Amino acid sequence: MNWLRKNSEVIILPLIYVVIFLLQKNKILNNYVIQIIMLAGVNIIMTQSLNLVNGMTGQNSIGHAGFMAVGAYVSALFSKIIFNAAAMPPTMQTIFFLLATIAGGIGAAIFGFLIGMPTLRLKGDYLAIVTLGFGEVIRSIIRITPAVGAARGLTGIPKLASLFWIFVFVVITIYICRNYMDSAYGRGCLAIRDNEVAADTMGINTSKYKVQAFVTSAFIAGIAGSMYAHTLRYLHPDVFSYTKSTDFLVYLYAGGVGSISGSILGAFILTALPEVLRFMNEWRLVIYGGLLVIIILFRPVGMFGGKEFAFLKLKTGGIQHIGFSNLFQRKTKKTIVANEEASR
Amino acid sequence: MLLEIKDLHVNYGAIKAVKGISFYVDKGEIVTLIGANGAGKTTTLRTITGLERAANGTVHFKDKDITNIAPHRIVEMGITHVPEGRRIFTNLTVMENLKMAALLRKDPEGKKASYEEVFELFPRLKERRSQPSITLSGGEQQMLAVGRAIVTGGDLVVLDEPSMGLAPKIVDEIFEVIQRMNKEGKTILLNEQNAFMALSIANRAYVLETGNITIEGPASDLLTDPRVKEAYLGS
Repeated sequence: MNWLRKNSEVIILPLIYVVIFLLQKNKILNNYVIQIIMLAGVNIIMTQSLNLVNGMTGQNSIGHAGFMAVGAYVSALFSKIIFNAAAMPPTMQTIFFLLATIAGGIGAAIFGFLIGMPTLRLKGDYLAIVTLGFGEVIRSIIRITPAVGAARGLTGIPKLASLFWIFVFVVITIYICRNYMDSAYGRGCLAIRDNEVAADTMGINTSKYKVQAFVTSAFIAGIAGSMYAHTLRYLHPDVFSYTKSTDFLVYLYAGGVGSISGSILGAFILTALPEVLRFMNEWRLVIYGGLLVIIILFRPVGMFGGKEFAFLKLKTGGIQHIGFSNLFQRKTKKTIVANEEASR
Repeated sequence: MLLEIKDLHVNYGAIKAVKGISFYVDKGEIVTLIGANGAGKTTTLRTITGLERAANGTVHFKDKDITNIAPHRIVEMGITHVPEGRRIFTNLTVMENLKMAALLRKDPEGKKASYEEVFELFPRLKERRSQPSITLSGGEQQMLAVGRAIVTGGDLVVLDEPSMGLAPKIVDEIFEVIQRMNKEGKTILLNEQNAFMALSIANRAYVLETGNITIEGPASDLLTDPRVKEAYLGS
């Protein structure tokens, strides 16, 4: 019983899947809703990936859709053109789908390394500028490459992603991110985010930690890209524009930057919301924008800023209060003043 | 000679912050750099610990060339930097800050002993060990920064303006600890605007003025030097 209480995720996560699965089987959720849930899953993976860089390491990547594009196109090429997975028996399809996904992840990670290596050695906002440029460059390159469909887009990608696989990858991503945060690497990243100079003087190899986190993040973004490609079966370069990158940033910051739970909820709610609001027709985006403004006004740290679901809490205890400082500062300004007066 | 700086030049773009200074620190000494704002004191220290790049000149530590080496490698070699403005991890508790400082240490026994040592030197930190460090006062934050340096170990401790913005009583307390660290075998390189305090605990001192060393000598001589008196001691 005690073990179960400590590892409640073992029950909670399969339960969520079984509920969605049963609702789908009994036709309570139609394919349209399931598709939205799948896309929400993709967005959750993307937001997790962004959280590793923006939330944990304190760097700013504002062109993350670029990595997603690399992952999507590499995996689509892999399963459609190189291996023609559509013509295979189902078990082989699954294997090639997983291989294609990993290939997409590796492709994105290579780009992450090439970009991170020179820019993350610097201190400051250079990463933001470079990733912004990278996102647009990748999109432009895809637009002029006939092998991937150029500006017409890449069609006929086999539909290999299913609710089950997306769910599995979401869970794996959450686990990787949480354990990353809980490891020595993650603590190094948190130290860099909180104070890079202090991290340096503590003997942390800041460039190495930053590049590691960034490459991991790019890999996860590539995986999300593969899920996206094999869900929608059609890729167009303009989908991965700057607007897409901004979407992920909005999910992350509205959900609560630095919080894994926040990035899950932010991505899920904000993906589902525009669809839920569809009955309002043209007022839909107005309401959506208004809600975002309300969140920023009343909870500047995001919906889940500084909080985690119980089953996502770090097990070592240690550094739990992620994104905690902002929350705390407001409440304790008085305490700080009082303390300073006492020391005089 | 533990640390030797030869003809060090550091530039920020077109601005020359340090214009060819040379000095040395012997093992077991307390050496202080004093000077006004913008004299280049902080830049010098940051260059020694690898946070800035030297445009020219060399830094030798234990007879090894450490010019422009990455900061984390310099920490491994035994120089601990207490940066200006404390730079503690405000998100973490006092204890967690100390644990961060022990990142490079591989001896669990020694780690524990060094935490105890810090708590003995600064009883205030012991009281507040599980408190988020953002709630500490400025003086306590400086104590924590010095405490972190004790935990990190290292033969040479480089302190950048430990008295900045603190009440005189706390400054006394911190300088006492610096002297105690020195007696326990650590070599200290200290950067100070509070020239009187620094000169009264140091063995030797250098006066920096707009990127150049203008006066150098034993600290006791500088305390009575009319030029230093007029410019920095205010009497």
